[in-house]
Amino acid sequence: MTKRAQFDKVSLSFETPKGRLNVVEDVSYDINDGDFIAVIGPSGCGKTTMMSMLAGFQKPTTGKVLFDGRPVAGPGPERGVIFQEYGVFPWLTVKQNIAFGLTLKANHAATAERDAICDHYLDLMGLSDFANSYPKHLSGGMRQRLAIARAYAVKPQFLLMDEPFGALDAQTRSNMQNLLLKVLETEGKTVMLITHSVEEAIYLASRIVVVTARPARIKEIIDVPFTYPRDESIQERPEFAELRSHIRQLVMDEYRAQQAQMRPVSFSE
Amino acid sequence: MNGAGLRRLGLGLIPWIGAILLWYAVRWSGFVNVSLIPAPHQVAAKFFELLTKEGLLIDIFASTRRVFLGVALGILVAVPVGFLLGWYRPARTFADPMINFFRALPPIALIPLVIVYFGVDELAKLVILFYASFFSGVIVMYEGVSQITPLYIRVAQTLGANQAEIFRKVIIPLTVPHILTALRVALGVAWATLVASELIAAQRGLGAMIQNASTYFLLDVIYVGIICIGLIALIMDLILRKITARLLIWQDRAIA
Ligand SMILES: Nc1ncnc2c1ncn2[C@@H]1O[C@H](COP(=O)(O)OP(=O)(O)OP(=O)(O)O)[C@@H](O)[C@H]1O
Ligand SMILES: [Mg+2]
Repeated sequence: MTKRAQFDKVSLSFETPKGRLNVVEDVSYDINDGDFIAVIGPSGCGKTTMMSMLAGFQKPTTGKVLFDGRPVAGPGPERGVIFQEYGVFPWLTVKQNIAFGLTLKANHAATAERDAICDHYLDLMGLSDFANSYPKHLSGGMRQRLAIARAYAVKPQFLLMDEPFGALDAQTRSNMQNLLLKVLETEGKTVMLITHSVEEAIYLASRIVVVTARPARIKEIIDVPFTYPRDESIQERPEFAELRSHIRQLVMDEYRAQQAQMRPVSFSE
Repeated sequence: MNGAGLRRLGLGLIPWIGAILLWYAVRWSGFVNVSLIPAPHQVAAKFFELLTKEGLLIDIFASTRRVFLGVALGILVAVPVGFLLGWYRPARTFADPMINFFRALPPIALIPLVIVYFGVDELAKLVILFYASFFSGVIVMYEGVSQITPLYIRVAQTLGANQAEIFRKVIIPLTVPHILTALRVALGVAWATLVASELIAAQRGLGAMIQNASTYFLLDVIYVGIICIGLIALIMDLILRKITARLLIWQDRAIA
């Protein structure tokens, strides 16, 4: 198995008016080709920061973040990012959004090829009827699918997804999870997904990285024993329930640790 | 025109009819000296007289051209300046007080200085209108541009866009709405400043017409001038709104 991405003793701290804020501390793990990594941890612990180092928006203070063996120097089309806020371009139609990356020098495609790629993802994401609509006419779930289609169109080897389904209702969320599994099956990509949902992490990921309250350190890395292709029936399996209660416990501990951190000193005792 | 269009037109006309009725009512109420308020029909008659005999169209053209040029030049400069101020936060902290200082100065207060430096010709009027449009436009621009979220730029970067592509394909489309708003605001301010600019020894122009009429106490001419300014400003704004609606069809706005 080839190593796609590596966090090597990575730490990151921000200089704030109140002093140094350690956000990520001594994080090391590898993401292999074909892995589906889910990162889970309490809110505000540094998950987005960790991912944005791999996306290329932030540099580690110490340690190295490598992609394909080289230090990440900035964002690039081989690492597709799906932002929590969707980020679909409101001034472009659905189809133009998907085509956006293909009109750039970095991954230019001829018109015919571009059309074919757009049509493929319009169809796959169930957006064909809205090809010429503007995003203002789309629901939240459709915007999310559009963001995914747009990221996929430039054929990244690696997908970074920051709580992509967090804002969706339960039904849409579960549809989106199944769609993601289906797409991965046919397109085979490496994924790093941030989530708050333990079920989502187990259902989708091949490996789960549980991180601690801020500063984010690795608490435990868990291999998920289910093989792909997966369907919803695995959620009924006893292993699923066991894993769930184990991870919940870990996350709960960290959540409490975080609450304790935040509590003002005068209130303790 | 369809039924809905007719209805909207009707709704839009009601306040005007109301205003004219109110005008007559004030005149006939006896509270005000009748010779101080020409009746709407007298003003209308004066309008046709000026139009046919006195070359009202020349005045309208002179004024419209001044406003047009002043706004065009003002916005041409305000767009890049406002953009830079909005984009680079440090530039903004540095230029903000200055811009607000100059914006607070009413253009009319500058007239004596403008006469000293630019004389009394067309250029002087243009300077006043430029001043008014630039400062109103620049503020709209930088307020707007500074609110552009970095999210779209990041998205474009992750899709492989280089600096030039980000500028052309992301920043420009996000800036267009602010340019259009700046244009509208500047047009409004420029029409409001027109009379002041034409105080400077203007031969023709609606402001000059009003100015001259006031020396001879020709109230009906003053009314014609004021109404013309209002109407032309309204028409320009309508046209600009149509263009805006066409260009910004993607925006999430409640359209009536
Ligand atoms: N540019 C920055 N400067 C200073 N502090 C920052 C910066 N970016 C993030 N932080 C801080 O770092 C911490 C971690 O932020 P991050 O967004 O990575 O958390 P997260 O785990 O993604 O949280 P959530 O689950 O709520 O999305 C937060 O306390 C945040 O305030
Ligand atoms: Mg986050």
